[in-house]
Amino acid sequence: MPDSSTATALHVEEHNPALLHHFADAEQQRNSASLGMWVFLATEVMFFGGLFCAYLVYRLKYFGDFGAASKTLAVGLGATNTAVLICSSLTVVLAVWAAQTARRTLLIGSLVLTMLLGLVFLGIKGIEYKDKFEEHHVPGASFSFEKVPIPGHPGQFADPRHAQLFFSLYFVMTGLHALHMIIGLGIFAWLLAMAWKGRFTPEWHTPVEIGGLYWHFVDIIWIYLFPLLYLIDRHP
Amino acid sequence: MSGNSKSSPLPTYFAVFFALLVGTALTVYAASLDLGRFNAAVALTIASIKATLVALFFMHVKGASEKLTKLVVISALFFLLLLLGLTMTDYATRLWS
Repeated sequence: MPDSSTATALHVEEHNPALLHHFADAEQQRNSASLGMWVFLATEVMFFGGLFCAYLVYRLKYFGDFGAASKTLAVGLGATNTAVLICSSLTVVLAVWAAQTARRTLLIGSLVLTMLLGLVFLGIKGIEYKDKFEEHHVPGASFSFEKVPIPGHPGQFADPRHAQLFFSLYFVMTGLHALHMIIGLGIFAWLLAMAWKGRFTPEWHTPVEIGGLYWHFVDIIWIYLFPLLYLIDRHP
Repeated sequence: MSGNSKSSPLPTYFAVFFALLVGTALTVYAASLDLGRFNAAVALTIASIKATLVALFFMHVKGASEKLTKLVVISALFFLLLLLGLTMTDYATRLWS
């Protein structure tokens, strides 16, 4: 707002500092911000959609090989991470509610807790990646997937080339998701700094709301990644 | 957006939270059962229910006063289904290779 001084001079009667000039009222301003975030999330759906589509095509084409490769992932760690993200989604809605109702301590506490849970998620993901490196399941020159039986087909072994395709998709999809988590942590660090300075009020806390939308979206992506990557062909 | 005059949304938030945790436990349990071709269907149904709960209650699609928000959500789903559906009309119906 470079000309805010002239604007206040012209409209002395009422000027809410939280309301930008080109919006009719605070509600319209809030709705516009959240709509903008939703449009961005729609592009993210298409972004991840391409990967889900590639997964679908190759899962159907190399059904047994994908099952064998999926079985090598650690379900316990994956399920724990799902629960961790669900907990973080709860702390995010608590943060939004705290901002709406001017509860500063709860707001700051929820933001800190969300970031901690995000870090726990990334830490567990890091342990899983480390295991995959040690097992030579990372696509590349040292990839090795010999004599791994195909679930439900005794005596048949997975084709390492097809299994490598599964792990390529696994690392790209979870890696892209982890990148979104890291960006989310950056956004929440900024929200925390703003909340610490007391910038958010019940009238204006739009960043908390749309930052929350982003975090929930990243949670939804994981809700689909978990069963698709970890839980196919688990039964004995 | 939800006004402050409304009753507290906290019970809803906690109910959704517990439903999501139960859904996670359920999907891990369902994966250990041999349901044949229905394993994938069950897993994706549970995931979709969880995603819907997050969108409706945590992302406030349910209470959104702005109809455009709902339009954007529905368009995103529509184009995703178009992407997956049209791809499958090709790959799933190839009688060669």
